[in-house]
Amino acid sequence: MKRVTSLTAVLLSALTTPLTPDDYIGLVRPLWSRRQLRGRVESVRPETVDAATVVIRPGRGWRGHRAGQYVRLGVGIDGVWQWRAYSLSSAPGGPDGPISITVKAGPGGRVSQYLVHRIESGTTVRLEHPQGRFVLPPATPRRLLFLTAGSGITPVMSMVRGFALRREIPDIVLIHSAPTGNDVIFGAELRRLAGRYPTLRVHEHYTRAPGGGRLTMRKLSTICPDWSERPAWACGPPGLLEAAEAHWRQAGISDQLRVERFHLGVVRGGAGGRVRFVRSGRMTTADGDTPLLVVGENTGVLMPSGCRTGICRSCLARLASGRVRDLRTGLEHGDEGDVVQTCVSAAAGDVDIDL
Amino acid sequence: MAGMQAVTATDIESLGHALDELREQIIASRGEDDARYIRRVIAVQRSLEVAGRTVMFASLLPPAWLAGTAMLAIAKILENMEIGHNVLHGQWDWMGDPEIHSATWEWDSASPAEQWKHSHNYVHHTYTNVIGKDRDIGYSILRISPEQRWHPVYLAQPLYNLAFAAVFEWGIAVYDAEIERTWRGEKSWHETWPQLKKSLRKAGRQAIKDYLAFPLLAGPAFIPVLLGNLTANVARNVWAHTVIFCGHFPDGAETFTQEQTEDETRGEWYLRQLLGSANIDGPPLLHLLSGNLSHQIEHHLFPDLPSNRYAEIAPRVRDLCRRFGLPYTTGSLPRQTGSVWKRILRLALPGPTPPTASRALLEPATTRLSG
Repeated sequence: MKRVTSLTAVLLSALTTPLTPDDYIGLVRPLWSRRQLRGRVESVRPETVDAATVVIRPGRGWRGHRAGQYVRLGVGIDGVWQWRAYSLSSAPGGPDGPISITVKAGPGGRVSQYLVHRIESGTTVRLEHPQGRFVLPPATPRRLLFLTAGSGITPVMSMVRGFALRREIPDIVLIHSAPTGNDVIFGAELRRLAGRYPTLRVHEHYTRAPGGGRLTMRKLSTICPDWSERPAWACGPPGLLEAAEAHWRQAGISDQLRVERFHLGVVRGGAGGRVRFVRSGRMTTADGDTPLLVVGENTGVLMPSGCRTGICRSCLARLASGRVRDLRTGLEHGDEGDVVQTCVSAAAGDVDIDL
Repeated sequence: MAGMQAVTATDIESLGHALDELREQIIASRGEDDARYIRRVIAVQRSLEVAGRTVMFASLLPPAWLAGTAMLAIAKILENMEIGHNVLHGQWDWMGDPEIHSATWEWDSASPAEQWKHSHNYVHHTYTNVIGKDRDIGYSILRISPEQRWHPVYLAQPLYNLAFAAVFEWGIAVYDAEIERTWRGEKSWHETWPQLKKSLRKAGRQAIKDYLAFPLLAGPAFIPVLLGNLTANVARNVWAHTVIFCGHFPDGAETFTQEQTEDETRGEWYLRQLLGSANIDGPPLLHLLSGNLSHQIEHHLFPDLPSNRYAEIAPRVRDLCRRFGLPYTTGSLPRQTGSVWKRILRLALPGPTPPTASRALLEPATTRLSG
């Protein structure tokens, strides 16, 4: 059977070369793409004032996800594809979906603002296969602790929904921090589930309530005295995660805590950094004013090059991680997977180049 | 740049700044409308191709053959000109879409995108019209500038240029492998052979598609479909050849010497692009089918700006030319084509005496330049 399909594929591509059959099928069935997983937005549901759930029907090739995993999602905003990672908030499920992500619009967050306020049903989005190790072990522990804040509830919600689907919720303490009760994403659903399942205890911590403030580890110990005996999953802003990691480390049980980070440390630009050429296996440091092309050449990397003035684009290379600064405009840009002109781009912090 | 004294260095610098500013404005305003434009052109082109090939299956009926062939020819023209050429220039790279990107695109032409990007984007667009550097001057087989030394073989160039037009994509494929440079020992066979192998593989796939796979699929219509595909390819080749030759070879488009371009500033580079290119006047359909190479001047100033924006850039470039007293070469398609052929016919014969460097630059525009 497999041989038949591959023979068909070979014959078909003889007809469509230099394109692929996908390029033509995509005209009528965009979700059937084999090259790039896609999905169609089915609905957008507001959760709080600044958060919404986007329900997506994944296209051909989606394999389903495990609770706690995230998906990289590509959306076209003002003509430009932008990719971000979001935890899946829907219960774990199979290849048919639908799946959902829940996004909180950050101030100045181009993609999050778009997803919460602008995206419409019917929009085609691009997806990657779900990934992430912030998941439950195959054998569910008898007692669990979830520690979340803000939109950090999303991967945990997928786990809770998975349990609820099976109508079998283990002993869970879920401690969630938000400014007020109205800001709790999935607040109503969590309260309803906690009412129905006595083994699910949800503690909402309001930072803006009298006596609220930040959720400290001392408060955690009061809310959940047996915290050290529960495998724990924590997701939220960097401050909370750092405090939790220190707390678990001090207790000597770091292996009991799994964390999921949404925010990476922001790289300050113009200063240069460590430049690694991934495929060539070479590494060097560079200042913020030397084009990556020159950096590569000086390190002995076989760099594609051409006009060296930003015109001909013979020097394009893929960015494996980090950001670059456009020497012409002084502006920083770049996401993992972006193709950059090495002759006019300098390192803005540590970068990995796929060359 | 020696020979450009007629325009002051300050003028050239201001011209450069004005063009840089224009470029920044267009870049800042790129957005959803532009993205929608290229996606729509691609969708139309692919639909037209599918429709053309489908209709051609019925080509035992002559009208179906004609309609199918015409649709396929137009699809191939769109694919090469407005889509392939411009995508490979990186005009749409800003969308960050790997499916419409210069690093991943492959086009319906015998030449592999990788090799064409080198010979066109780099060699031709960087050294535009510089004799001895820009291999596109005559494509190594034609005498297109009096500076090229005459040889009796050029007597036949009007004839073989016609043949070149018909097989343009194959000519370009061979040309992109830079065989003549290897012949002269400027490039090793070691380097050329893998390139040639890649070209042959690509060209082979192209040939199998049009001259074997689709005809076979048509069963009894094997011969008409083969001829339809051949006709569409030749039509596309002749059209591409015509448009491209109108870009740099009509009267008014100038050539430069290597000395003139030494230590060239950004403003001088712009000026050379401006003086070395020629536009074609016509309706929007002409611009679309020419891949907006009818705006050759704008394309050479800004090779990586989206082609759909050249039409709005053109009047502003023209205004700048007026302001600085520079020529802006343009004319209808018949006029420019006539001018190209006149040049090819004239230069098939020995002479004329190459003008001096400064005259070469200033000849058609001496009065305007000094004004």
